[in-house]
Amino acid sequence: MAEQTATAADTAATPPPAPAPDAPASRRRPDGEWFRRNGVYLGLVALVLVNLVITPHFASTGSLRLQMVQVAPIIVVSLGMALVIGTGGIDLSVGAVMAMTAAVIPLYIGYGTVGAIAVGLVAGVLSGALAGSVVARIGVQPIIATLAIMVGLRGLANIVGGQIKSIRDPGFRSLGSGSLLGLPWVVLVAIVVAVLVWVLMTRTTFGRQLVAIGGNARASALAGLPVKRVLTTVYVISGVLAALAGVLLVARNQASDPTQLGRLVELTAITAVVVGGTPLTGGQVRVLGTVAGALLMQLITYTLVAHDITNSVAQMVQAVIVVLAVYAQVGTRKRRRSRA
Amino acid sequence: MSTIETTPQAAGTDATARRLKFVQRVQRQGALAVLVLLCLVASFQFDAFATGDNIRSIGLQASFLAVIALGMTFVIFTGGIDLSVGSVFALGGVLAAWAAQEYGTFAAVVVPLVVCGAIGLVQGLVIAYGKLAPFIVTLAGLLFARGLLLFISDEGATVNKVPADSGFRHLAQGSLLGIPYPIWIVVVFFGIGALVLHRTSFGPTVLAIGGQEDAADLMGLPVARTKVITYTASGLLAGFAGVLIASYTSSGVAIIGVGTELQAISAVVLGGTLLAGGAGTIFGTLVGVLLLQVIANVINQVGSLNSNWQDLVSGGILLAVVVLQRYLAGTVRR
Repeated sequence: MAEQTATAADTAATPPPAPAPDAPASRRRPDGEWFRRNGVYLGLVALVLVNLVITPHFASTGSLRLQMVQVAPIIVVSLGMALVIGTGGIDLSVGAVMAMTAAVIPLYIGYGTVGAIAVGLVAGVLSGALAGSVVARIGVQPIIATLAIMVGLRGLANIVGGQIKSIRDPGFRSLGSGSLLGLPWVVLVAIVVAVLVWVLMTRTTFGRQLVAIGGNARASALAGLPVKRVLTTVYVISGVLAALAGVLLVARNQASDPTQLGRLVELTAITAVVVGGTPLTGGQVRVLGTVAGALLMQLITYTLVAHDITNSVAQMVQAVIVVLAVYAQVGTRKRRRSRA
Repeated sequence: MSTIETTPQAAGTDATARRLKFVQRVQRQGALAVLVLLCLVASFQFDAFATGDNIRSIGLQASFLAVIALGMTFVIFTGGIDLSVGSVFALGGVLAAWAAQEYGTFAAVVVPLVVCGAIGLVQGLVIAYGKLAPFIVTLAGLLFARGLLLFISDEGATVNKVPADSGFRHLAQGSLLGIPYPIWIVVVFFGIGALVLHRTSFGPTVLAIGGQEDAADLMGLPVARTKVITYTASGLLAGFAGVLIASYTSSGVAIIGVGTELQAISAVVLGGTLLAGGAGTIFGTLVGVLLLQVIANVINQVGSLNSNWQDLVSGGILLAVVVLQRYLAGTVRR
């Protein structure tokens, strides 16, 4: 809101020459700001166009479907991560939560598909509540609190779940490979989650409180916002979404593998959020940007791999892209600060 | 008037100071107390624990993480973090085994140090001059180093073996006075680390940057240069730990080092160093590393528990320690 107003004012102020020291900064600003907000969509569109030209079978239904099914669980985790990062925190435990969910599903599959999924989601709620309480009420730094949970919970998931187990439940099979109106269930779930998070952030008091706390937790507390409750809730949401992603992956693989499931997902999710334009410092959450960030990272990997570039090189390219994307954002943010 | 007002305040400050001292002691020595207690219980409980062989094995196993955690300690002192060390550690190992095979012992030490030092240097430059968050830069470094490692090992398919007659094997497999070389190396490195922290101007500069970067900058301290040196040192140390593990296992394995950065961070935090930067001890880091290793060893001694329990207990202890630290800090403020 405030940013849009500022941008409009700047555009209006540009035609007449502004005072000398401020002029170069404010003239460049709308472009930089525009790029920061829309760079991820621009990159996504450009890469899709490039692929339409250079990659055979890119636009085929089978290929698109596979890409979408692969990226859907990452989008779900990344949206939870975006909320946590919006508060200025970070959640390293998401991968372990996915593993925990995968570990409990085979144990409770006897209670039916819904029962097993419910227990899996409860595991996410509990883990998120623990992380949230330790961060919000005791004041431990989010990175270290969620790191401890990440290590401990992965161990617990392996103890509870053990080896890889295949899931033969028909409900899970249709969730993993079935579709509705041509859209795979997995993708539908990701879309619904994205819409819900978008509504949460743009249409509810909770969303505004979250962003305010991320901007300045102390000021928010002094202004009477329920800082602890909002923070705890955010970590619970992140836990539930991670658990949901775990359910989707188990359904897709028709198997539960607590040892491997969700490894390094926390890093993928953080990358998607940051590339999508949400600053790590908090105070802002970009829901659509996060979805686009996850899609962009997936598409980059796909493009490289489809052209016989090995995984190792793809990974190095991703690393460079992450740094460049963040650099572009910090550049514009610094200019904005210097103006204020 | 002013004397009357200051007297109760002074008394209050005195009590607070005593309190603060107590809290600092718990913060710094808490892990040591847990370590001593755990060792005592373990030596009564398990006959095989307090034997020379077992203690030597704990020390040897801990030495790789200790070298990495030393670099991480300095990085965390500056208020930063280095997530790349696990990948850089593995990269160092693969490079060392490859160079030992192709060019001999000298190259096996130099090549990994040059490459890993360069990765640390680039990260430091981007963090110090590009003003990007260390978390993101070193996260990218984690991906990059792992990618590079897979690239040079044919996607992890090739395992380089150190030749059987290579002198490089002695580096980690030899011993002096019955104590393996890696343990000596850790002792020397931590000694140098302590000297740098307490006897050179670099140490206070590092802590000042972590305490308040703007203030350090205004005082004219070389903030950017110090950060670059710190991240370069972290890369070098992680690479050297890789050299050690390659010498110890006589091979370069691509899959090691996943999650090692988190173990190193855990060790530093357990040792009482604040993740916010600006305070902490090097000795504490060594205690943190040993604590993690002793937990692993004890869990091995309990026959019925597998290594997953190690993760559960390590995570639980880390959480308990940070909650306790936080709680004690809270009582001081009030």
